[in-house]
Amino acid sequence: MIEGILIGLTTALTLQNILMVMVGCFFGTIIGMLPGLGPMTAIALMIPITYGFEPATGLILMAGVYYGAVFGGSTSSILLNAPGVPGTVATSFDGYPMAQQGKAGKALAIAAWSSFAGGTLSAIYLLFMAPSLSKVSLSFRSPDYFALMILGLTAIAAFSSKGQFLKAMMMVVLGLMLASVGQDSLSDITRYTFNNMNLTDGISFVLVVMATFAMSEALTIILKRNDPTSAAKQVSLTELGSIKINKEERTKMYKTIPRSSVIGFLIGVLPGAGATIASFLAYGMERNVVSDKEKEKFGKGSVNGLSAPETANNAACSGSFVPMLTLGIPGSGTTAVMLGALLGFGVQPGPRLYMTNPEIFWSIIMSMYIGMVILLILNLPLIPYIARILAVPKNYLIPLILFFSVTGIYVMSFNNFDIYLMIGIAVVATFLRLYDFPMPPLILAFVLGGLMEENLRRSLLLSNGSWEFLWDRTLTACILATTILIVVWHIYKTFKKKN
Amino acid sequence: MNINTTKIISLLFFVFSAFYLYLAYQIQVFTFDENAPFNARTFPIYLGYAGLFFSGLKLILPDPNTIKVEHKNLEYKKTGILILIAIIYGATILKVGYFLTTSLFLFASYYFLGERRWVLMFLLSFPFVAAFMYLLHGILDIYLRDPFLQSIGIMG
Repeated sequence: MIEGILIGLTTALTLQNILMVMVGCFFGTIIGMLPGLGPMTAIALMIPITYGFEPATGLILMAGVYYGAVFGGSTSSILLNAPGVPGTVATSFDGYPMAQQGKAGKALAIAAWSSFAGGTLSAIYLLFMAPSLSKVSLSFRSPDYFALMILGLTAIAAFSSKGQFLKAMMMVVLGLMLASVGQDSLSDITRYTFNNMNLTDGISFVLVVMATFAMSEALTIILKRNDPTSAAKQVSLTELGSIKINKEERTKMYKTIPRSSVIGFLIGVLPGAGATIASFLAYGMERNVVSDKEKEKFGKGSVNGLSAPETANNAACSGSFVPMLTLGIPGSGTTAVMLGALLGFGVQPGPRLYMTNPEIFWSIIMSMYIGMVILLILNLPLIPYIARILAVPKNYLIPLILFFSVTGIYVMSFNNFDIYLMIGIAVVATFLRLYDFPMPPLILAFVLGGLMEENLRRSLLLSNGSWEFLWDRTLTACILATTILIVVWHIYKTFKKKN
Repeated sequence: MNINTTKIISLLFFVFSAFYLYLAYQIQVFTFDENAPFNARTFPIYLGYAGLFFSGLKLILPDPNTIKVEHKNLEYKKTGILILIAIIYGATILKVGYFLTTSLFLFASYYFLGERRWVLMFLLSFPFVAAFMYLLHGILDIYLRDPFLQSIGIMG
């Protein structure tokens, strides 16, 4: 492991990679700050830029964008009560009331320190957990992988759908259907191409991400421009107050940060969960463990109430890298985008990644530390200036997002058909978003489609067409039992809510 | 059954899944693969049935969280224009070239979204695209096809 850490440090500490972390954190913060644009959009927009880099550098850039976007989301949560990403919704519960009391600077500083601590602690957990999990996952076989993918897709549908499980499952199926377009990987037989040569290689992952996130988000912002329910509240972005945290507030944070970082990391590791659930759970747990007097302050500007979700959502970001790096199965939409980018670089993540490409595996982990430090250095002194970016007019923002999307496809294929296809998918995705059909399950399914078919093929061939492989091995049966538990729990929760 | 847009979308998805399933059965496989436990059409067939199952459930089950969209508050016209500009951009980018079409696309988009600060609109289109092109083509060595710039001798 020491050798790996040194390899990672050597790669991550090159001038180019430090620069990439800085650029990633900076752009991620800006994009994440803008309401409606989250880490997935931020990363998707960065994909064309990464084409010219080495895989490790490209991934370091994207990881920087990821942390930056999550941190940036908390800024708009605190200042506008308009979370840039779902993972920072819980931040607004106490961050915004604090800002209303004239303590916006302090709230942003607490968020910055909590994010830093959460991210750093979870990067340490990742450092120790990832290699061990990689060794364990070497014993995984095709049926286990197939079951794990079913679990991941079910979990993301259950957790990301805000009570709309069936809609999310329809999106999962749609994602898998889109992934089935093109040549079959084994027999080379073409499927769903309608004799169109442009579809023979399948639909590009970048195209689907750009269409369903970047482009459709831009169109949704324009579409809802005059919608009074989606308008952000206007507050002063110039008078933020002091960013100093006093001793009493620091003491509160010292207790909150360790427990919230553990929750955040563990939730992040679970397939489909991620920053949103982690932040809500940490917020709920913190409210339960503090004194009655402190409990009264929750929702009115509590330091614990702000620190807990901020620590947890950053810890969850690092945690979500665990299944992606060790199993090759992304646990969230954002890591699914990163997995797609990795596959584009010709790197296959999985249990052998840390043996075959140790520089990628370790440099990502080491760059997390560097990223956290840079985020803190970047964000604390620049908070008053960064906050003003929230005032960027949409008239400029939207065309620029569309421009990045089209450029991403153009430099990849030099093909009009791909641009039309992207616009078509974006229009459909925009319409589906209006009716609350979630997009992350579609992306995760699209990324996993090929792997899932491959593992099902192997499992069915080995079991001679029998579905007994699903319960033959204890591990497979346990994973499937977890999937069933998630579905049953979700149905129970929906039923309980209805009554 | 209460008919709302979500139900109509589910119905469309049901029909789409049925069509997908029909096409899955039409996938040509090799003769020796016809009775194999898994061939090129197996996975699509399962997907087709899964699509029918979930959309069918959504159609049948009551929808407690009905989404109401206030269409009168939505900017269909501007969104439509923007999509149209993007299609024209996509249609001309290969023939005309990256620099000119992208700059014009940005300029036109700013204009149709209601922007009238001409200097800023210009700066954030032509010079901005030139700088971005330099970053991609000049620094990152990513090839950008541009017949227009080639014809006037700026690009090799």
